[in-house]
Amino acid sequence: MKSFTVSRAYGAFMRTARSQLRHPQSAVGTLLVVFFLILALFGPQLAPYPNPNDQSHSLRAAPTLDIGGLRLGEHPFGTDRLGRDVYSRVILGAGSIFRIAGLGTLISVVLGSALGLFMGYQGGWVDEIIGRVIDALLAIPALLLALVLIGIIRNLDFAAGSWQAALADNVILLVISLLYIPIVARVARSTTLDIKTREFVEAAEIRGESQFYIIFREILPSVIPSLVVEASLRFSYAIFLVASLGFLGFGARPPSPDWGLMVNENRGGFYQLTPWALEFPALAIAILVIAVNLMSDGIRRAVQKGS
Amino acid sequence: MIHFLRRRFLFFFFTYLVSSLTIFFLLRILPGDPARVIAGGREATDDQVAQIRDELGLNASLPQQYLTWAVDFIRGEWGDTIAFRGADNRDLIMERSVNSARLAAVALLMSVPLSLALGVIAGLFENRLPDVLISLLTLSVVSLPEFVTGLFLINIVALRWGRSELAQSLGWWFLASSAAPANASFAEMLPALWLPAFAATLVMLAYISRLTRAGVIEELKRDYVRTAALKGIAWRAVIWRHVLRNALLPTITVIAISISWLVSGLVVIEYVFGFPGLGSLLIAAIERRDLLLVQGIVMVTVTVILFANLLADVAYALLNPRVELA
Repeated sequence: MKSFTVSRAYGAFMRTARSQLRHPQSAVGTLLVVFFLILALFGPQLAPYPNPNDQSHSLRAAPTLDIGGLRLGEHPFGTDRLGRDVYSRVILGAGSIFRIAGLGTLISVVLGSALGLFMGYQGGWVDEIIGRVIDALLAIPALLLALVLIGIIRNLDFAAGSWQAALADNVILLVISLLYIPIVARVARSTTLDIKTREFVEAAEIRGESQFYIIFREILPSVIPSLVVEASLRFSYAIFLVASLGFLGFGARPPSPDWGLMVNENRGGFYQLTPWALEFPALAIAILVIAVNLMSDGIRRAVQKGS
Repeated sequence: MIHFLRRRFLFFFFTYLVSSLTIFFLLRILPGDPARVIAGGREATDDQVAQIRDELGLNASLPQQYLTWAVDFIRGEWGDTIAFRGADNRDLIMERSVNSARLAAVALLMSVPLSLALGVIAGLFENRLPDVLISLLTLSVVSLPEFVTGLFLINIVALRWGRSELAQSLGWWFLASSAAPANASFAEMLPALWLPAFAATLVMLAYISRLTRAGVIEELKRDYVRTAALKGIAWRAVIWRHVLRNALLPTITVIAISISWLVSGLVVIEYVFGFPGLGSLLIAAIERRDLLLVQGIVMVTVTVILFANLLADVAYALLNPRVELA
């Protein structure tokens, strides 16, 4: 049983990988996401100056990057107005956006699909009530709700070291998970409604299996393809949202090497002085968003073809 | 029909209730004392805090506070702002709403025809070169965060091109600063609207065109299309009279949904362009922790979105005889 599930998962993975390679744009997207993932994981080892707030460099130095001559130079992306190496900060910034978007997606997909599976299988008034409340909650745009929640929570005074303070430090992660749980739940629910009428579910019910067994061993494997598609879609929205929140000043606080924050800190009058301090983090956001979009589009296509 | 409308209206009010409760309780239940923040944080004396609590009616029970607020909101008494001294919440929100509505209107005028055209072309050429190019475009440039495209438009297009001699001689008047005064008339504001509206257009372009494409592809596969083609009707006529008619009907719903996307997009765009709209007001209100103002802005936004959805559903049901009205 176990090896069957594993080999099926392996087959699905290989099918997705092959389909990604057949569409060059998805392959490029996936490769770029992997590249950024490596930056996120090994940023401190890869950055020439592992301390993002090392201000010991000359101020406002122009980029030394020479693409034609394949040379990085001392400050490939230049230095900002405080004398910080932009190249190192861009590399170090990959970590936080991946951690928050990735963890937020993971939490919301796990909790959201559990809720959706339960609602869909249970049916009846439980499903009706939760479903209606979810529909109503989704009427408020996610960004608005995120701004309100983050703005309020962050302005509160908490004693350092208390659990509230720990929560407030991870407020963006918390908010992204909360926002996406209902959306994932709705997708999981509608797929479950489809699956639960199949014969193998009925057979399990007649065998007298427990509700837990039926939901997680019988229905879940069939819901996974649509959950994978939803997860990749959520991840691309989460990247987008984290970058936007950072830019609006609702994300990481200065002097973190957050891409959105770096863009915001260097716009306006500073843009005339050090355009590179804005352009390189903005370029990193642009490439990552496009890459994640192309990848998730490829995953969607592969999964839909496979089913 | 009556039954459908009644259910739809019931859901409208239910959604309204849930979202107002959500916003109200989120802002009140969160730990921390808003009165203390308003009074100036830890340095404020207990007397000052107590006085502000009294003024804001924070001493009543939560359900009572909600009811008071809801009744006041419906009666149009939205309180005074704390963040903007001397102004009334309602006047402030209304002035900014008008500005945001102007921006949204220009953005919709630009984006809907453009994205419908792109979507239809992509759908008719499924998986051929035009479709691949359009989907590459909508997945990449167009789907960038609003602040990236917004800053690109400001710094590269408006500033760099606006200063060039060619642009000056062509009279690029519409690339003037977008920081218009908040109480400007529409004609005065128009030069400031183009660039932010274009940034907002990009937000919706990807979304509407992809859904239109899916609708056209689905419609093309139906039996009646084959029947019409086999009957000898010119392909052009089949497309115009049958396929597009059916495929574009759901677009009404799509436009309504994209209004809620537009709302989020406008928050960022207004902030980037320094445009005096509802979105930039919301950010200012949150930063200054002006609870009543935040509640008012969010409720106005939710009202707009819910009305757009309601109108779209009713229009769709009226136009499409196939909708089950039971």
